Amino acid sequence: MLTQFILLAEGLGALAPAFGAAFSALAAAFGIGRIGAAAVEAIARQPEAAGDIRTNMIISAALIEGVSLFAVVVCLITMG
Amino acid sequence: MIKGLVGFRNWITWVISAIIILNTSLAACNDRLKEPEHNPTHKKETKFNPKKFLFDHISDAHEWHILTYKNKHISLYLPVILISRNKGLIVFSSRKFHHGQSLYSYKGYKYKLELEGENKEKIVEFSENGTSSIPFDISITKNIVALFFSIILITWIFISAAKLYRKNRRKPPRGLQSLLEPIIIFVRDDIAKQSIGEKNYERFTPYLLTVFFFIWINNMLGIIPIPPGGANLTGNIAVTGVLALFTLLVTNLSGNKNYWRDIFNTPGVPIWLKIPPLMPLIELFGIFTKPIVLMIRLFANITAGHLITLGFLSLIFVFGEKNPAAGFVFSPLSILFLLFMMFLELLVAFIQAFVFTFLSALYIGFAVEEHH
Repeated sequence: MLTQFILLAEGLGALAPAFGAAFSALAAAFGIGRIGAAAVEAIARQPEAAGDIRTNMIISAALIEGVSLFAVVVCLITMG
Repeated sequence: MIKGLVGFRNWITWVISAIIILNTSLAACNDRLKEPEHNPTHKKETKFNPKKFLFDHISDAHEWHILTYKNKHISLYLPVILISRNKGLIVFSSRKFHHGQSLYSYKGYKYKLELEGENKEKIVEFSENGTSSIPFDISITKNIVALFFSIILITWIFISAAKLYRKNRRKPPRGLQSLLEPIIIFVRDDIAKQSIGEKNYERFTPYLLTVFFFIWINNMLGIIPIPPGGANLTGNIAVTGVLALFTLLVTNLSGNKNYWRDIFNTPGVPIWLKIPPLMPLIELFGIFTKPIVLMIRLFANITAGHLITLGFLSLIFVFGEKNPAAGFVFSPLSILFLLFMMFLELLVAFIQAFVFTFLSALYIGFAVEEHH
């Protein structure tokens, strides 16, 4: 029984990087979703500034993606 | 009643997910229990290991593996160059390793490419009396061949474009010129001029253009699945590290008086925060964290892109191993996903080159900015 539990705990440990990746994906999706929503709203209000808004949107999306990819790298390291 | 049903459904979802999680973890620990019983050599031949497949692709190698046909490996064998403490400079082909299966002997010393363990992917030198050491490895590996190829490609593109410019002065652009001109003007106007400023941007435009085209062309070469493309060059942390180091050097060597004052004597900060261990230390760390983040962003984006595309590809074999029919059914879907990811990667290749260059320009802009 006890060995079963220890094995179970060890097996759950194998899932840890998967959960890490999942949470980072959730957080990045939330952040990029907010950026996209705000950018589309801003373009709707001021269509002539669409170019500038798009550039800034891509930059901030890339920054958020970078942070979430740090999390993915950490997950890869824990997995390996 | 409906609320109760919804609650019940939620509860069922929870139970089912809990069962799935427990099952997966039990399966994982069962695998761990069973492992010693398997014959390791037998297993390697028959079973498809997606993790090994993915990590073999994204890491550097001494040979360039193209395909495996009926258990025969077809690869480009690259030269191994070692500087050993005992023997000096040694050069031989990586064919001698037979994919890590055999040792190469040279004047009483034996060289082995370790496939697992502590020195994984490293070449170990064994002397006759059994002592082992790790020689200094400056081999021309897969990434270095890809780097040479991209250097030749980039110099060829730009030298021929420059020749065209010299030849048709005051005429509309032709050929390569019309491809490159909008991109060069985009980098100059939208990246350099915008973030460095009218006064200083011309000094840094060559550096920014070089970085932009190097990253962009190598990102796109990385997407091509056959040699000379397909090496994970911009997804190698050493390569991105060197690029980030250049940004660090350019930023700090061109930093003016105001830049250094902002770091050591930040204006608008209470006097008690300026005592050395506080604000100056944080600002000093800031010098290094910016390039480190540049390095990790490019590395992680490109590596993750390669991993995802290859992950979709390996799904076919994972399913096919369980049941050949499932493999056949899944392959069109997998290839569709793969194509989608490839197109996304084309976009990411451009965006990452743009972001790296733009942020470099921004940091340089902070360093040369004049205060009013």
